[in-house]
Amino acid sequence: MSQQEPIREMICISCPLGCHLSLYKDENDELSVTGNKCKRGVVYAEEEYYAPKRVVTCTCPAESEVLPRLPVRTNTSLPKEHIDALLRAAYALTLTPPVACGQVLIEDFEGTGVNLIASMSLGAEH
Amino acid sequence: MVPAASFYAMHCEGREGMKELQYDVLVIGAGAAGLAAALEVSRNNASCALVERESHLGGILIQCIHNGFGLEEYKEELTGPEFAERQIQAVRAADVDVFTDTTVTQLNAENDRKEAYCYSAVYGVLRISARAVILAMGCRERNRGNIRTPGTRPAGVYTAGLAQRLVNIEGYIPGKDVVIVGSGDIGLIMARRMTWVGAKVHAVIEIQPYPSGLTRNIVQCLNDFEIPLYLSHVVSRIEGKHRVEKVQVSPLTHGIPDDENSFEIQCDTLLLSVGLIPENELSKEAGVEINSQTNGALVDATMMTSIDGVFSCGNVLHVHDLADWVAEEARRAGAYAVGYLRNERPKRQMRIKAGANVRYINPAMFDPDNPDKLYFRSLIVKNQAKLQIKLDHKPVKELRLSHVQPSEMLHVNLKPKDVAGWNIMKDSVLEVSIE
Repeated sequence: MSQQEPIREMICISCPLGCHLSLYKDENDELSVTGNKCKRGVVYAEEEYYAPKRVVTCTCPAESEVLPRLPVRTNTSLPKEHIDALLRAAYALTLTPPVACGQVLIEDFEGTGVNLIASMSLGAEH
Repeated sequence: MVPAASFYAMHCEGREGMKELQYDVLVIGAGAAGLAAALEVSRNNASCALVERESHLGGILIQCIHNGFGLEEYKEELTGPEFAERQIQAVRAADVDVFTDTTVTQLNAENDRKEAYCYSAVYGVLRISARAVILAMGCRERNRGNIRTPGTRPAGVYTAGLAQRLVNIEGYIPGKDVVIVGSGDIGLIMARRMTWVGAKVHAVIEIQPYPSGLTRNIVQCLNDFEIPLYLSHVVSRIEGKHRVEKVQVSPLTHGIPDDENSFEIQCDTLLLSVGLIPENELSKEAGVEINSQTNGALVDATMMTSIDGVFSCGNVLHVHDLADWVAEEARRAGAYAVGYLRNERPKRQMRIKAGANVRYINPAMFDPDNPDKLYFRSLIVKNQAKLQIKLDHKPVKELRLSHVQPSEMLHVNLKPKDVAGWNIMKDSVLEVSIE
């Protein structure tokens, strides 16, 4: 009987342990995971296999003497394939003070339900 | 941020040309450590001055726009600026006098009342006296001189943190084709950041046989972008007349660069993420004794340095991995500083020794009558390691550590009951080892 080859190998990033995960698929297309030391490994592997997501952090240009760029981030993780478009959209924005930390700058980006928010406050200037 | 005019009228007695101010506690540096320490001092009803040389509060957190902060302090995942903003709001709401754009150039700490000479474009020359001082100046980056990379001296060689400041705060992109030396977290974070601003990161070169940053950063900052990581390799030469043109990369064989198997990478920018050094020039001049393992002060169980009334916390004490732990440590330093003012000192303290496979342990003393928190670093990489704490060679506590590696700081809490019943003598030694 031949040993089944894993369809993918990955390192879990849920915690600093960094378990080396092996992913297998059975004849019913069901995913199984080995190498995980806790159940978070399974959740990570499934998400990473079917729809990998990342939190994106970058900066937007700001019309400000004290701060030419304002840090921004997605409020939650964004599907990976939307990252480049989000970066382009963020770089194309120009923020005018005042901006509050947490203020939504782009809502529901490309229908993903993910918002781009300011991650620092920028006060009104005199 | 600027104290009101009435504040001056109340506090500045003043010889000509120099303003004089008096406080219970002076905190030097307003990054993650200084903000947490000052807040704690104020919460304990002592008067507090917080002095910061930059015009903004928050220190290096402001340029760390990536997420991963705050999981322990605020139980949610924040970016550096968000973490700083929460700390800053708390300090502003508290009774702390904040002096930005103010540099402490000299600290006279030998007397009961410590004096700090401060220079400021905003306040002029200040002399701040306080009964306790908390050192929270943070650290700076090691640079090309520290790792002695041969070659020409072209433009385009930056420390990773400087590049981070240029990109995230100033809004400049330092180069288009990048090679990164060192796989510390700042280097990894910058690999992703440079990619996300349109540069091409060609490689990360790490001298050690294992990565020095967190695994999650290897995955999200390198693997996501297929950036190769060369372990046990060094940049053996930098070439370029005016601007970096290429670097030579050599594998290490038995610790020696192997010229025959060297290769070149064309690039215009080299970022160095090769470690951090606690910024202790002020402390050393004041006479604070330094621990050669950490390059930070030697501190007792209350984080007091070799000088009575002078405390140290955060990255100026030892370089941390997490801002959350910096804030936690600084809060204790703040509480201990106020305790010192009230003559609440440990009844007895014993020496702590770094045992087998432990690079260093902080603090250097423990107080058997109060809870202690010990931070330490491993010398080895191991899964399922065992932490052993011995008092005068007899085991008192043993813990399993699921994973240890030199780049990840560890901690253990020691309670009075752990050593209760033990015959503790004046010269007793607590030894912490990993196996």
